[in-house]
Amino acid sequence: MSKVSMVLNGKTVSSDVEDRTLLVSFIRDVRGLTGTHVGCDTSQCGACVVHVDGKAVKACTMLAVQASGSDVVTLEGIGSATSLHPVQAAFREHHGLQCGFCTPGMIMSAVDMINRHGAGNLDEATIRDELEGNICRCTGYHNIVKAIKAASDQMAGMSQAAE
Amino acid sequence: MAIEGIGARALRKEDKRFITGKGQYTDDMVLPGMGHAAFVRSPHAHAKVIGIDASAALSMPGVDAVLTGDQLVGDGIGNLICGWMIHSKDGTPMKMGGWRALEPEVVRHVGQAIAVVVADTPAEARDAADAVVVDYEELPAVVDAVAALEPGAPQIHPEAEGNLIYDWEIGDEAAVNAAFASAAHVTKMEIRNNRLVPNPMEPRAALASYNDAEEHHTLYTTSQNPHVARLVLSAFYNVAPEHKLRVIAPDVGGGFGSKIYIYPEEMVCLWASKRVGRPVKWVSDRTEAFLTDAHGRDHVSEAELALDADNRITGLRVKTIANLGAYMSLFSSSVPTYLYATLLSGQYNIPAIHANVKTVYTNTTAVDAYRGAGRPEATYLVERMMETAAREVGLSPADFRRKNFVREFPHQTPVIMCYDAGDYDATLDAALQAADYAGFAARKAEAASRGKLRGIGLSCYIEACGIAPSAAVGSLGAGVGLWESAEVRVNPVGTVEVLTGSHSHGQGHETTFAQLISERFGLDSDAVSIVHGDTDKVQFGMGTYGSRSGAVGMSAIVKALDKVEAKAKKIAAHLMEAAEGDIQIEGGELKVAGTDKKLSFTEVALAAYTAHNLPEGMEPGLKEGAFYDPTNFTFPAGTYVCEVEIDPETGQTEIVSFVAADDFGKVINPMIVEGQVHGGLVQGIGQALLENAAYDENGQLLTASYMDYTMPRADDVPSFNLSTHETLCPGNPLGMKGCGEAGAIGSPPAVINAITDALGSNDLTMPATPEKVWQLCQGAVKQAAE
Amino acid sequence: MYETTYHRAGSVAEASDLMSKADDGKVLGGGQTLLPTMKQRLAAPSDLVDVTKVAEMNGISEGDGSVSIGAATTHAEVASSDLVKAKLASLAGLAGGIGDPAVRHMGTIGGSVANNDPAADYPAALVALGATVVTSKRSLSAGDFFTGMFDTALDEDEIVVSVSFPLIEKGAYAKYPNPASRYAMAGVYVAKHLDGSVRVAVTGAGQDGVFRVEGMEAALAANWSPDAVANITVDANSMLHDIHGSAAYRANLVTVMAKRAVKAAG
Repeated sequence: MSKVSMVLNGKTVSSDVEDRTLLVSFIRDVRGLTGTHVGCDTSQCGACVVHVDGKAVKACTMLAVQASGSDVVTLEGIGSATSLHPVQAAFREHHGLQCGFCTPGMIMSAVDMINRHGAGNLDEATIRDELEGNICRCTGYHNIVKAIKAASDQMAGMSQAAE
Repeated sequence: MAIEGIGARALRKEDKRFITGKGQYTDDMVLPGMGHAAFVRSPHAHAKVIGIDASAALSMPGVDAVLTGDQLVGDGIGNLICGWMIHSKDGTPMKMGGWRALEPEVVRHVGQAIAVVVADTPAEARDAADAVVVDYEELPAVVDAVAALEPGAPQIHPEAEGNLIYDWEIGDEAAVNAAFASAAHVTKMEIRNNRLVPNPMEPRAALASYNDAEEHHTLYTTSQNPHVARLVLSAFYNVAPEHKLRVIAPDVGGGFGSKIYIYPEEMVCLWASKRVGRPVKWVSDRTEAFLTDAHGRDHVSEAELALDADNRITGLRVKTIANLGAYMSLFSSSVPTYLYATLLSGQYNIPAIHANVKTVYTNTTAVDAYRGAGRPEATYLVERMMETAAREVGLSPADFRRKNFVREFPHQTPVIMCYDAGDYDATLDAALQAADYAGFAARKAEAASRGKLRGIGLSCYIEACGIAPSAAVGSLGAGVGLWESAEVRVNPVGTVEVLTGSHSHGQGHETTFAQLISERFGLDSDAVSIVHGDTDKVQFGMGTYGSRSGAVGMSAIVKALDKVEAKAKKIAAHLMEAAEGDIQIEGGELKVAGTDKKLSFTEVALAAYTAHNLPEGMEPGLKEGAFYDPTNFTFPAGTYVCEVEIDPETGQTEIVSFVAADDFGKVINPMIVEGQVHGGLVQGIGQALLENAAYDENGQLLTASYMDYTMPRADDVPSFNLSTHETLCPGNPLGMKGCGEAGAIGSPPAVINAITDALGSNDLTMPATPEKVWQLCQGAVKQAAE
Repeated sequence: MYETTYHRAGSVAEASDLMSKADDGKVLGGGQTLLPTMKQRLAAPSDLVDVTKVAEMNGISEGDGSVSIGAATTHAEVASSDLVKAKLASLAGLAGGIGDPAVRHMGTIGGSVANNDPAADYPAALVALGATVVTSKRSLSAGDFFTGMFDTALDEDEIVVSVSFPLIEKGAYAKYPNPASRYAMAGVYVAKHLDGSVRVAVTGAGQDGVFRVEGMEAALAANWSPDAVANITVDANSMLHDIHGSAAYRANLVTVMAKRAVKAAG
């Protein structure tokens, strides 16, 4: 057992857990934040993607104790129903989700992708390449790609407007 | 928010919860004191169970119980069943082998459950399951359906001699023989339809609880049809009587058919929760899903097409062997028969068709309906034959199809189906134009200059949806009727709840169904809630599969709305002292035509519930229910055009363009319909290029994770060019046909026809992996050199 | 996953000490291979020694004619490093193509080389570039370090501290991914060294892990062009074969990827 402490969606949390506890299990089962999902056992599907210290990682392939001391953000931490993150809003606007199960990872990967490339710098080929680690079975990706492109372009407009 | 009725691209009401992490899937449910189940599974494809030693497991931390098949059978839990009776051509009923939720005697596929451990945590349950020692005596296994029929093959079930489940036929064999006897040209092919794993991103899960004081069970589960689950669990599996069993399918993360069926694990959780006296949760991991979720397809067929001297089709002869796996899953028997062979006429006038289908047990995971179910197999066969025949007789594939199109409706095919409406020229024309078919030769030449092989392929598909008229399917062997129910509850304040027996697991029913109410009453969709997925809330329903929720589920809602509207108009007429026939509903108000008298929908609803002043003899309230039983199948159809470019050095196929022109009848929400097509296309492209469930000769599944089973990813597929072309379905009030499966049905032959066009070789099976394509490229290069 | 005991090391010395005390310890880098293996219960280390916070194992620095990369440096850090991009662009390119973005944020060069997965990308880079593996005990050439599939010269308690890459005249890595897992089915790194010698290293295809193709090296030393390797094939008998590709197909991919790597290197 180890004491795991982290800042989770802006709030400092701490629990004693078995060392084998995965970060995704800590988030879902210990902290009750069920917006992060588990869709495979081999680190491929990406439904579990969260941000650790600002970077997208697969929460099914990291121990909770590895993230102790880190800043962790999940889907619940980037926006809310009354104040959607632009990527969340774009997924709705462009029908970038159907069953919703892969959506947490898709959105968190999209936010990370826009952060790294810079808003407005994503084209379709880059987005498809960047989504290598996120599997969706419903949408055929068409509208996910569209949503991410739209969010990226919109965020570029927002940051321009702010300048 | 604006009023968004029929035809509006309304954004989805359900999205807000999914994009903010507030969805409620089965694995998100927590009940006080719940334990966790882990299954002990067979590592062998075929073996006798000699003994089970649970002593070590029982002494491990957190373990409540280790339960086995003997206990399950002892408690009177029934065998899993197949609910659709098929008779062989000699009149004998299909041979169904026994399937126990925990197998005490003989395991028949890798991953079959033998025992379950219930413990405090998932990890403790898994630790203990690993410590259960099972003694097996291995038996020889067979995984290939053709091999399973050969003399001397391992015998899988005592009930099915030679592993043959049924030997079924449809059509007029003598007429087909006559057509072939006088044929000017015969096209003959062996066609394989590869085995697929459905892979909804949410794995199956169950959370069962039992209240001993009430003798009442509750099951949260990943189901496409919770009412059917309850019916089967009660009536056949003897878990609990229906009124003592509540089944809830909350948010469900995709199904594609695989969540229609009742599986051993869900049953075992229900039974175990009563046995151990605490709620029991089980969540499948992905490898368990590969090993136990019903697979799809897996056909081998011989097909022959007869043409006359004018290249008109005169006959089609098909012999198919279908692999049903180790057990007959819930609807497995219907897939290679009435969902397959009845579609072998395609979009074409074919005067004579005969099909013979043998289904076979093998030591593999059970096979049942997967998106399209039978119709992709039929479409692949017909459209590969059409393309090949066109090449053989030297006609353009488009012209050959056009020559044989059905153009008069209704059209009775020789294989039961009666097509009610369609315009196949319209979708073909639209697709060819969108794909710039005429400009292909120039694109091919340009690709060749870059060392790439370019090809184009067509697929003109038809499917039968809106499953289905109850009397018709009953006469064909179905154990249930396939109607749908709806209840429309107008609340006293004028908001509306619609209870439906359909189930949404990605299809967006909460939005599309609400559009019907907005259209009818002029209400904002925020004033409408769609309620589904809970047997305590909705009286009964048949669930969502076979692209039926629009054509059947929404038709039931329309019928209920008709009744609500009629009653509301009566009340309004009474209150405004007008004639009932003069009442019009517009913009959320009931108006007296030609006057300025009006009442808001809310006022009428309130009047219905206060009941202070209702027409003489009228019951209070404004709530109506309806059942809708379809009059016919519906027949969505369309043309898909795929264009590929192949790298001959690696065999890599790139889809450079994909066009879909569909006729779905009336479209309620184009945005959602397009999404359904996108997803279906990628599943079909996945089947054509990437996906294959492969077994080794010992029955080990070689593709039991995403490390080996190739799921389509974003960089495997293109964006799509879609259009819809409406002919209304005359059989239901909205004229809808259904759109959920078309993409998966129509796309595989378009892809393979394009690749074989590029290669100039027809010898290609799905999936067209880079290696297979590279091998054919070697042949092409060699031929060119000779 | 079986229960294990996690330790976070603050120094190489502490990590070595923890490893030597453990029953069956494993060094934990980014965990992108080790944790999935443990989840499948195919590995059950008693102890995990996390070295990602060890300062001396992090970071990228320029040496005399070389670039040194700390073992705990992630693939994303290598891919985006201005220094690596300027001095060893082909290596940055390789790192940017490992796994997917989330995996690259966690996975480390040390973890990759110490595991020596036959389908991993880094071993090809180390062999083609003639890298030196610096461990907690010694320095080893890449050729001596990789001893076979999933096998290295590392002792049980020995830890990879950094990898030092000599600068080269030019080079590139081309891979053909397994369509399902996206690991390399054949990845070929070609490098023309400053002394004019050429190394060609192949990952993903060989039965014994990473290997060199001497015929291609000689041909490229004489004539650095895609055509020089276009007709040089490796022995299919020593290639891997599985449901995704036969040995003959992999042998073909080796030649095709070699050609493309040479072309990309310019």
